[in-house]
Amino acid sequence: MAFEYAPAPESRAIVNIAPLYGLFIDGEFVESSGGDLNKTVSPSTEEVLAEYTQANAEDVDRAVKAARKAFEKWSALPGAERAKYLFRIARIIQERSRELAVLETLDNGKPIRETRDADLPLVAAHFFYYAGWADKLDHAGFGTNPRPLGVAGQVIPWNFPLLMLAWKIAPALATGNTVVLKPAETTPLSALFFADICRQAGLPKGVVNIVTGDGRTGAALVAHPDVNKVAFTGSTAVGKEIARTVAGSRKKLTLELGGKGANIVFDDAPIDQAVEGIVSGIFFNQGQVCCAGSRLLVQESIQEELLESLKRRLSTLRLGDPLDKNTDIGAINSAEQLARITALTAQGEAEGAERWSPACELPSSGYWFAPTLFTNVTQAHTIARDEIFGPVLSVLTFRTPDEAVAKANNSQYGLSAGIWTEKGSRILAVANKLRAGVIWSNTFNKFDPTSPFGGYKESGFGREGGRHGLEAYLDV
Amino acid sequence: MYSRYARRYARLVTMPTNAPSPTAERVGGTPTHALQDVTASDSTLRRFLHGLPGVDAVGLEARAASLGTRSIKTTAKAYAIDLAISMVDLTTLEGADTPGKVRALGAKAVHPDPTDRTTPATAAVCVYPDMVATAKAAVAGSSVKVASVATAFPAGRAPIAVKLADVREAIDAGADEIDMVIDRGAFLAGHYAKVYEEIVAVKETCGTSARLKVIFETGELSTYDNIRRASWLGMLAGADFIKTSTGKVAVNATPANTLLMLEAVRDFRAQTGVQVGVKPAGGIRTTKDAVKFLVLVNETVGEDWLDNHWFRFGASSLLNDLLMQRQKLATGRYSGPDYVTVD
Amino acid sequence: MSEKTEKTEPRLSVFKTYKLYVGGKFPRSESGRVYEVTTKTSAAGAAGKGNWLANAPLSSRKDARDAVVAARKAFGGWSGATAYNRGQILYRVAEMLEGRKAQFVHEVADAEGLSKSKAAVQVDAAIDRWVWYAGWTDKIAQVVGGGNPVAGPYFNLSSPEPTGVVTVLAPQESSFLGLVSVIAPVIATGNTAVVVASEKSPLPALSLGEVLATSDLPGGVVNILSGRTAEIATPLAAHQDVNAIDLAGADDVLAKELEIAAADNLKRVLRPQPVDNWSETPGIDRMTAFLETKTVWHPTGSLGASGSSY
Repeated sequence: MAFEYAPAPESRAIVNIAPLYGLFIDGEFVESSGGDLNKTVSPSTEEVLAEYTQANAEDVDRAVKAARKAFEKWSALPGAERAKYLFRIARIIQERSRELAVLETLDNGKPIRETRDADLPLVAAHFFYYAGWADKLDHAGFGTNPRPLGVAGQVIPWNFPLLMLAWKIAPALATGNTVVLKPAETTPLSALFFADICRQAGLPKGVVNIVTGDGRTGAALVAHPDVNKVAFTGSTAVGKEIARTVAGSRKKLTLELGGKGANIVFDDAPIDQAVEGIVSGIFFNQGQVCCAGSRLLVQESIQEELLESLKRRLSTLRLGDPLDKNTDIGAINSAEQLARITALTAQGEAEGAERWSPACELPSSGYWFAPTLFTNVTQAHTIARDEIFGPVLSVLTFRTPDEAVAKANNSQYGLSAGIWTEKGSRILAVANKLRAGVIWSNTFNKFDPTSPFGGYKESGFGREGGRHGLEAYLDV
Repeated sequence: MYSRYARRYARLVTMPTNAPSPTAERVGGTPTHALQDVTASDSTLRRFLHGLPGVDAVGLEARAASLGTRSIKTTAKAYAIDLAISMVDLTTLEGADTPGKVRALGAKAVHPDPTDRTTPATAAVCVYPDMVATAKAAVAGSSVKVASVATAFPAGRAPIAVKLADVREAIDAGADEIDMVIDRGAFLAGHYAKVYEEIVAVKETCGTSARLKVIFETGELSTYDNIRRASWLGMLAGADFIKTSTGKVAVNATPANTLLMLEAVRDFRAQTGVQVGVKPAGGIRTTKDAVKFLVLVNETVGEDWLDNHWFRFGASSLLNDLLMQRQKLATGRYSGPDYVTVD
Repeated sequence: MSEKTEKTEPRLSVFKTYKLYVGGKFPRSESGRVYEVTTKTSAAGAAGKGNWLANAPLSSRKDARDAVVAARKAFGGWSGATAYNRGQILYRVAEMLEGRKAQFVHEVADAEGLSKSKAAVQVDAAIDRWVWYAGWTDKIAQVVGGGNPVAGPYFNLSSPEPTGVVTVLAPQESSFLGLVSVIAPVIATGNTAVVVASEKSPLPALSLGEVLATSDLPGGVVNILSGRTAEIATPLAAHQDVNAIDLAGADDVLAKELEIAAADNLKRVLRPQPVDNWSETPGIDRMTAFLETKTVWHPTGSLGASGSSY
């Protein structure tokens, strides 16, 4: 293009990352009894950002004990007081949102445009929303004076580190629970910064505890006998393992897992907006989104026209430095994830699907994957069934609304779906038939704290957000 | 990357007002293109125009807003400002217009910044038909075109004979470009053929003498579906440019309606091979706004339209803000209104 | 005038062959097996054996499989029926039961070792329970669903939808009121059910099948199996085409095993909860346990292109 945008990087001077982080237990940063450390790197450069602590079972026990001790007072606080703590947290997040956006972009690899315009505003909004519930639980439809569960063990993924923290911690605290949260192994930093926000807000010690580490830390937390509630967002495989772990206990469980969302485009769709929706459906956050519209189901009669528009649009996507304000596509979060995407796309080709990517130069260091489109994909292809969790779109066709619904529902998952048509009655009819928890008609990947989110089938159970999100943390 | 930019920048500072067109241009008369059949009657036009894909308002506005968050800095900003200046149709359309006012406007169009002769000229001045001769004299010897609104601007409520006479007067006085208004009443009443035939008639009158810009008054068409239909109707009838607004109603150019019209010219060229220009007009007052529109052009239709032969801003106060920003980039300090000329 | 009989021999009664209820039909177990069902012996007579009541079908894993197929087949129609229609049918169940009350009082008395009057209380409560859930079918969506005021130009609506095919392990002790209390909430919202009756007292459940079959309830919406709970429940808990399981009738050891098996396809699991008195007002928890929440976003758009977004 003639109109070349000069680099417009967001300054990283606004973030001060410490060289080493301990565990946040009982209101202070402490060392692990084991002394093991991990490194977190910036996925776009592979630069080591900081070292952090690998919590072992003993550390987890310490954190659960602190949360248990804090529970008595915290749950006895008048709701209005708990609310004010959450309002404080929400405000501080707004005040520090630029810093947190830059931090999240550094640690996760996603573009600053997204952390600035999507992640951080949603994080603050989520705390605001649940703050308001804390003193209104009698009116939430769960009976009068619904009780909290106790200590919540929460394990969150790396794709929206701070937003997933907000989805877990805000409703837990509003309902009077205390929390031990484990951020993902590759993105611990924003949760550790959140500990500092708790300090600034004056949150009583032990109400929020952050234990960092890999899957072993999460397993110890989930299995801890004094945890009353387990909330997990992540892969379906790990979700099933957790479901087995808590079987036979009294632990309440909510799971938000994988997906293979169908984005259905009918021949009467608003084409230009549909193209935008397809793009945000699968390339938002490099496709590392559980509710991504990773299967495009396009009516056969408009396939050519739509794909042409889509390819033209993909050619304008700007991939590169995530801190650049004009970057659309950032880095893949980790070498492991990149390897998985690479393997699955290779399999797609091997199984006969046709691969296409726009001309796109990838940076020499860091973890990168070009936006990729597969055509000639059928229901039998692995890339039409398995969650890739990357910027890879599988294109399938259909002939009739019935066939579209049948193909969309032909999945072990049931998290999200999209419908594109200008015919209102078709939207309602198709939405009614789709077995998915979140359906976007003539839009995609929209989130709001008031809007319940969660899946059908193997995409998990329980809802986060809205009035529904309270249930997961109440003894009802 | 830098050298690529520098090369384009160098081309730009010379600011040709007539870029070589990548596709054959049309000259006068009934247009010939692949879609001729659809223009046979009201009903064939209706079937065609109503068969165009619908527009989802929320999605369209969201896309326009999202492109508005692009951060255009340093060299890119310098490029964008000069490009924007070169695309301005510097406009005065007041009842109180006088020869003196028009002469001042013409002088400013030729040399927008008297303190810096490297500043590109604007694309055109835009005046009422009775001021064309004055304007023509004022820009004589420069690259600046004279555009004239016509066809009973801004309402367009006059008999066709009057409208055509209006156009002829302007052309006879030397207008290079005619900015006509469509009959919005006929459009809203579903008389697409009437709107079509008027545009064809005006285009015939323009002949080879003037390029035709067709103003839809998008604020009065109200819906995005209507704007898309009007765009196609105008292009089918032979418009060289499609233009949002007169500047005389409450809602004029917006990023969303301009994005929509850019999509229309993009799709029209894909289907017919004919390239049509776009002119947002009214309400664009700041450099920031203008740059957002250029981003829309850049990411919707690309390089082929990034030239004042294919994209214009209908504006008056915009120019001074562009000039102040240009001075800021050159000197590093903020400028003020006393350092640009009043209009 | 009339002939007077001095003494009549008591009439020899006709036994009923109890059968399963699957897909709207009354098959025997495909295994051909039966097991002996007896009256419940009171604590005092614990040493003795109860009286023979019937030979109930001893369902196999294949019966369970067939029941799932029937329940899945029925799901589309039942979940797609109007809530009003489902309410009418559930109310019809109550009407049918009312007419056959004597039979159920008799069966419950035998099954649970109750006096006729106490058994009647149970049966009355069970009939009333159908009425309670019949009224819920077209109200639950308004109570647990609703519009969400999102911060953007979108209309956003959350609605409850049935989870799908639900395996229900009926309570072991409360053979009829407990049974109805776990079936009705599952089907009221549009799920279909594969029910494993109380192992020792399956007869009221098998008779309920006959009532359901004459209540306009589409075949396959409720499927009732009798037999060894653990034997039938194990394949159902692992079945990939079952969406949820109510463990009411499982003991702690079995419940844990089944919950682990259920994780294979992430079934929604309702763990067994101690219920002292099934006649208490049930609340809505047994319905919401088998409801999904679907949230649909629609752009609201604008009336015209009048707004400027910059």
